[in-house]
Amino acid sequence: MSKSVSKEKSMIIQKEMIAGLLKELGNAKETGKKVVYTFVPGNISELILAFDMLPVYPEINALQSGMRKKSEGFILDAEKLGHSEDVCTYVKCDVGMMINGNIGPSGEKIPAPDLLLLSYTGCFTFMKWFETLKRLYPNVPVALLHTPYQEGHKITPEMTKYMVKQLKEEVIPKMEQVSGNKYDEEKLKKILANSSKVEETIIKIFDTTKNRPSPIDAYFAGVYYIGPINNGFRGTPEAIDYYNELYKEIMDRVHKGLGPITPEGEMEKERFRLVVEGPPNWTHFREFWKLFYDMGAVIVASSYTKVGGVYDMGFRVNPDKPLESLADYCMNCYTNLNLEQRVELLSKCITDYHADGFLVNSIKSCNSFSAGQLMIMQQLELRLEIPVGFIESDLVDPRYFSYANIKNRLESFFQMLEQRKLILD
Amino acid sequence: MEALNEIIKKCNELAFDLNFTRAKEWKKQDNSRVLVGYMPIYFPREIVHAANGLAVGILGGGDKKQIIKGDAYYQSYVCHMPRGIVELVLDNHLEDFDGFVFPSICDVIRNLSGMFQLFGKGKFVKYLDFPQNFLPEVGGEFYKSELQHILNEIKKINNIEITDESLQKSIELFNKNRKLTEEIYNIRSEFPWRITAADVYSIVRAGFVIPVEEHNEILEEVIKLLKVENGEPLDKIRVIVIGAFCEQPPLSLIKTIELAGCYIIEDDFLLGSRWIKGDMNTTKYSPLDSIVRAYLEQSTFSSSVYDVDNPKELRLLNQLKERKVDGIIFAAPSFCDPALLDHPILQKACDDNNVRYISFLYSENTGQFKVIKEQVGTFSDSIKLWA
Ligand code: SF4
Ligand code: SF4
Repeated sequence: MSKSVSKEKSMIIQKEMIAGLLKELGNAKETGKKVVYTFVPGNISELILAFDMLPVYPEINALQSGMRKKSEGFILDAEKLGHSEDVCTYVKCDVGMMINGNIGPSGEKIPAPDLLLLSYTGCFTFMKWFETLKRLYPNVPVALLHTPYQEGHKITPEMTKYMVKQLKEEVIPKMEQVSGNKYDEEKLKKILANSSKVEETIIKIFDTTKNRPSPIDAYFAGVYYIGPINNGFRGTPEAIDYYNELYKEIMDRVHKGLGPITPEGEMEKERFRLVVEGPPNWTHFREFWKLFYDMGAVIVASSYTKVGGVYDMGFRVNPDKPLESLADYCMNCYTNLNLEQRVELLSKCITDYHADGFLVNSIKSCNSFSAGQLMIMQQLELRLEIPVGFIESDLVDPRYFSYANIKNRLESFFQMLEQRKLILD
Repeated sequence: MEALNEIIKKCNELAFDLNFTRAKEWKKQDNSRVLVGYMPIYFPREIVHAANGLAVGILGGGDKKQIIKGDAYYQSYVCHMPRGIVELVLDNHLEDFDGFVFPSICDVIRNLSGMFQLFGKGKFVKYLDFPQNFLPEVGGEFYKSELQHILNEIKKINNIEITDESLQKSIELFNKNRKLTEEIYNIRSEFPWRITAADVYSIVRAGFVIPVEEHNEILEEVIKLLKVENGEPLDKIRVIVIGAFCEQPPLSLIKTIELAGCYIIEDDFLLGSRWIKGDMNTTKYSPLDSIVRAYLEQSTFSSSVYDVDNPKELRLLNQLKERKVDGIIFAAPSFCDPALLDHPILQKACDDNNVRYISFLYSENTGQFKVIKEQVGTFSDSIKLWA
């Protein structure tokens, strides 16, 4: 492992973008900008931007609370209020944060919402989450955008029509009412045109893992790369600049034949290439990542980086059809794909990125991801004859991160990969 | 009493027959008949009936099916019901079924629909996405297209196109079924000593696996018998049991609650059969529209339905008043997200309104009831003491 860790320009840009958003949120009451709470999967941030409002993503607050070791206290406080041990820990972390004054992970107070935009792509817990928030903010309107599931492997015209109608009849009128601005379709089209540029660059970025060595880790570093698009910047000029810069840096690594950057510097020898399914653990993110890079394992594709949108199956927003595009974007998020589509997508990743193995990180409190993962594993093993591995942890509840257990399982998995390599060679 | 016991015995056999014998026999009598299995909670069985089919409720393996293969498909932190269903699939209990419907209630059921697709079970597998938007021209239109999709699938199998007349007839039969079921609940609310909650459960559950015409006859007979006084009132508290709308509690758990000093006056055990409140209105709307309207406007409250415009805690408190109930038992399956995520909301409403409640978890194959019995017993005693 090379020990040189210097901040890339893209990292600085991203930091400034997030800091700018936090500052705007901090000043929202003075500037009169309205604040919209919404979710990452199926986040129609372009529409929020078109109304000049500011987004807040409770899941991102929760995951950052997890990374900053604040989540456990919040979860315990929520459990004292009667929240079950068995449910999604993001919800409990968020509720705990709110009842403790809504001080965000960065230490700044997060303004209360002016609108709860419930677009709950691919997970019922989102709906329950906002039912809970509605009780905490009884006077705040809720705009619901129900995203139909891709149960039949496709998006039908009826599904799109249903979503567009909801946008027109429910979401846009509430946004107009809260923001005091009229819906401006031309403005939305321009924002979406930016989004489509960003989508193209993101595809190119995650496609660089085809190289050997892979210049990036598409899971542990990947979650940073998707930060801006998941945090409300899709469709902004800043996002275009950020992703262009990131792509340039990654291509530079490719030309130099360099492997991915880790928190301890550059990974020098790539031994295993993996595709990972499921979100990461946030409370022990660094230790978790280290278990991989210490073994020379690089993640060449992950499903988690597709929760905020799946672009590698051909989907792009079409600025000429703005509302239809937003609808299709929501319906295309990873957890809104049915199980067979998930198998197909993972299978494509394994093949395209020449993975040696497939690993599931199963999250205890996330049924949306977890229920069915064992069958996904079986299917991939059967179809591709690829070694599969399985570990368990939680998103932000540190009580469910067992370092020793995960380490043991990973060691056996890597041994299996090693042996298979010897046989294949 | 003898006659009632006979009916209950028959219903018990039907309700817990994991081979779905009666439904399969019914199908064999006519080549154009189809069997459509559906998962909890609610599904408008009327449309299948009108297309010469029988919609059969699949409620898991309960405590009757040993889980061997099903566990290999689910992590320990997923509820029990889907493993029971997978076990039924892999042991070929569902072989004669033509299709399967998975109503959109939670992520586990949703992903189970994908597993059925991967297993290649049935001629169709449909995840029925109930709208969460309740405007007729928005959510209503979408829901109609979802129902039409199922009808198209059935037509591909038996070439039967439903007509307004056939659907009208089916709606009338199910309107009657709901009315009769409600009447049994009403009698039980007034005279809870005349029949146990466990027996009501078996009678209602039998309706999930037999033709509605046969079930209506059973219900009519039961009502006739229940109108005659039998037994005597006991010193028990009146409770609502809530949270058990999907994975079903074992029958012994229902019995345990009653033996520990409660009359279960209301419950959400087999909520699908009582989901629509009142009749579907076919005089105002076309038959298919009346099914859609009934869902949008006459649905009961549930953890799987977005409720912000009609808060569920208020509806629960109303139910409590209407049924003159002394307390609430929150009984949810372990790891059931929808039920458990509602608990803080519902329990806060109870606290704010001085409503007594207890809460515990179960799974469909729970076999030990000692702790629950003690908990319920203490709950019942404390309410009696305060009263
Ligand atoms: S259950 Fe999973 S997908 Fe749903 S909100 Fe929680 S973490 Fe997100
Ligand atoms: S018991 Fe709860 S979590 Fe399990 S399938 Fe039913 S609704 Fe979903």
